[in-house]
Amino acid sequence: MTAPAVITGLGVASPNGLGKGAYWAATLGCQSGIGRITRFDPARYPARLAGEIDDFQAEEHLPPRLLPQTDRMTRLALVATDWALEDAGITPGSLPEFDMGVITASSSGGFEFGQRELQKLWSQGGQHVSAYQSFAWFYAVNSGQISIRNGMKGPSSVLVSDQAGGLDALAQARRQIRKGTPLIVSGSIDASICTWGWVAQITSGRLSTHLDPARAYLPFDRGAAGHVPGEGGAILVVEDEAAARRRNATVYGSIAGYGATFDPKPGRARAPGLRKAMELSLADARLDPGAIDVVFADAAAIPELDRIEAEAIGQVFGPRGVPVTAPKTMTGRLYSGAAPLDVAAALLSMRDGVIPPTANVVALADYGLDLVTAQPRRAPVRAAMILARGYGGFNSALVVRAPN
Amino acid sequence: MTNEDFTFDDLKRILLVSAGFDDSIPLDGSMLDADFAELGYDSVALLETWRRIELERRIAIDDSTAAGARTPRALLAIVNAHLPTVEGSASRGAGSTIAGATS
Repeated sequence: MTAPAVITGLGVASPNGLGKGAYWAATLGCQSGIGRITRFDPARYPARLAGEIDDFQAEEHLPPRLLPQTDRMTRLALVATDWALEDAGITPGSLPEFDMGVITASSSGGFEFGQRELQKLWSQGGQHVSAYQSFAWFYAVNSGQISIRNGMKGPSSVLVSDQAGGLDALAQARRQIRKGTPLIVSGSIDASICTWGWVAQITSGRLSTHLDPARAYLPFDRGAAGHVPGEGGAILVVEDEAAARRRNATVYGSIAGYGATFDPKPGRARAPGLRKAMELSLADARLDPGAIDVVFADAAAIPELDRIEAEAIGQVFGPRGVPVTAPKTMTGRLYSGAAPLDVAAALLSMRDGVIPPTANVVALADYGLDLVTAQPRRAPVRAAMILARGYGGFNSALVVRAPN
Repeated sequence: MTNEDFTFDDLKRILLVSAGFDDSIPLDGSMLDADFAELGYDSVALLETWRRIELERRIAIDDSTAAGARTPRALLAIVNAHLPTVEGSASRGAGSTIAGATS
């Protein structure tokens, strides 16, 4: 396989920690970022908890020029990109602009911006709608703004497959690196905690209506009854390994394998596609299941989806055959931002030899999972599998390996 | 205020909210004759700026006229030429009709 893709920079924006260090410390400390929504009054809605990032002031990080034209998710993505590039030791202006691409994922686009402008459209008229509405709410806007801000003119796109998109984007980044682009900014940030975004999410029927932050999002638990949404994610710098070595970059790990499947139509006899995606990712990585030291679960917290995931893990790895964790129990589900954040956590697990915990959960014995709960577990991590499922039947699995 | 001249200060104020400023650009008379592109304002930023001017002054300027303004000085000239007179004479047509609707 030519040009292995390695990850050299992490930029994290998570409800339980802004920045890589703050996120990782909170996650190992089992500190949750889930609470009652503050961005709007949630009293009229059945679901009232979210993982909000409450310490982000865009104007402290971005020039005034960008503020009128950006949704919250774009501001977070631009700042996370700055951090990821800094972490990687990359100064974008010093590299040829066509040697750098941007491939992110999105699940909803810039909902908060869109809501504000649509409200103006219907209450005041079309003249009152910002010209920036023409792009600020698009799925592709984060890729575009990251590209413009950093002068990156290489292959750029956006992947839209709900929560699975975060892994699909990283796989697409690897494809472009194999085709010859030395550097791709990838990963994803999602944020749509506004009333319009909220009612859209409620229609999935998958949101938890519990009011206690410690009991609201309990994947694989007897009390599983939906998820808590969150905002944020991670931006990752993905590089051609040879290029990274040439500049003596610190390598977190490599993207070793990837598999993606669709579920069959409801009612069909065919099995769900998650197991197949996992097997495809292992085959792509040329690894046996025994080489995987931890699985970062999708962790839907819908009993049927939990069962499907637990069964797939059991079929691939055997009963209690691999440590499983879901640190997203401390952030809520971040949609397309979730899996890149899990990839960042997996890479930090490798660096530090520790598996982060799943918060608040007592795993149902029936599932046969070795779920890491309550506190982190010391263990060498050489390879990790990250799972992500998107609403509508998307399944993706990614394998990352520690640097040699 | 509808009938007052549209000044350089008015333009700077609107540019600030519609598109922001780069720290490197001095906000003085020296920018009056600079090309908007040199000042860092792209076509969407200018569209947003024109939209806000039209709303604030209750005037309508057709897109091709607006697109012809390459500098702040040219933009000011176009806006002021479209402002209704204080007397609001009938010859001002649509402009005075819109302005006349303001309180």
